[in-house]
Amino acid sequence: MKFPARYCWFVLLFLVGIAFAGAGDGGWLNKVPEKARIRPNPVADDLDAAAAGAKVYAKNCAACHGENAEGKLQRGHYRPNLHSNRVKQATPGELFWLLTNGSLRNGMPSWSHFPEPERWQLVSYLKSLH
Amino acid sequence: MQIMRSHTIPGIKFCLRLAAVLTFVLMLQTSLCAQENYFVTYSHQLEEPGNLEIAAKSITGAPKGGNPFVATALEFEYGINGWWTAELYLDGQTTFNESTLFTGFRIENRIRPFMREHWINPVLYFEFEDLNSADKALLEVVGHDTNEDLAGRNSRAEKEREVELKLILSSNFKGWNVSENFIAEKNLGPSSWEFGYAVGTSRPLALKVSPRACNFCRENFALGAEMYGGLGERHSFGLSETSHYFGPIVTWDIPAGPSVQISPNFGLNRNSSGFLLRFMLTYEIDQFVSKLRGEQ
Repeated sequence: MKFPARYCWFVLLFLVGIAFAGAGDGGWLNKVPEKARIRPNPVADDLDAAAAGAKVYAKNCAACHGENAEGKLQRGHYRPNLHSNRVKQATPGELFWLLTNGSLRNGMPSWSHFPEPERWQLVSYLKSLH
Repeated sequence: MQIMRSHTIPGIKFCLRLAAVLTFVLMLQTSLCAQENYFVTYSHQLEEPGNLEIAAKSITGAPKGGNPFVATALEFEYGINGWWTAELYLDGQTTFNESTLFTGFRIENRIRPFMREHWINPVLYFEFEDLNSADKALLEVVGHDTNEDLAGRNSRAEKEREVELKLILSSNFKGWNVSENFIAEKNLGPSSWEFGYAVGTSRPLALKVSPRACNFCRENFALGAEMYGGLGERHSFGLSETSHYFGPIVTWDIPAGPSVQISPNFGLNRNSSGFLLRFMLTYEIDQFVSKLRGEQ
């Protein structure tokens, strides 16, 4: 069966989309711009921030990272333990950047649709784990 | 009578299958985290990898010169990975004093070409749809779609096998999402390209989450609005003989439950239906495949 020539460009467009997707940046903590790295957590002094962040975590992150942030192996991929030294040593700005941009190639989605204060609350929770 | 029977029996089977699927869904732990903000407009927010979102997008109206109808698109959205989301839609409708019909399916893919967040975030959208002329789900308005498409008598005579491309542009800023979609659709038969648009904006009522558990906190509600319509065809591009709609949107994310959205839509010109009511119920199953495999 002959493939109609007029459909070829749909296939081409799809392949271009895939190629662009593969060309993106998959790095995360070591790719954080300096300006983002040094951002302070604006809700750091809020005593409720970590508890609120824990609520956000339970609803959105626990399915992958575990209820106690202990990490998981899912579909052959390791979802990181958030008690790790890497998270402990990361600055609040770095964690905020990661939540905003995600690490799409590695399966970490972007949470940019959460308002900024909510993402900072989540950063407070992650820091409270250490 | 013969016609009524032939429509009713598949309808019952479809409902039983739907009930079985929904029962299965309710047995799984569900949550909500990635629901779309709009009915027609897409933002750059994709489904989380491994999650399955099941949504019933419904619309009801009483078009001028036709019978009242209720149409539903049952949506299954799966996050293949961080930059690629695939969806299957099953469309059906009931037109009062006429019949209940399964009207076809749509398969779509959304791909994020850039791996980082930008001021404006593009997403490429590809869809194939195999619908018949009775479809009234109105998931987009293109070309010279008008009120007459909703008012016509139910008929599956005309098949519409179409491809649809969208350029989705979306930004998040200080809690607001602003999204713009440019739509191009083509019937695989001999017909010209049709164009349309959809724009939307939304914002949660609270930008911070409260530490206590609650169903009616402001953080669980979002308000928004969207506008969509046709832009004519390749040889008649423009606003002439096109229809346009505008509607506010209210979203309620019930903690540990579904998300509920409602949007009254108002036709903006004489080619549009005067009033349409949209409502949507969304469940999200976290890590669907892992749960099927029994992974912890």
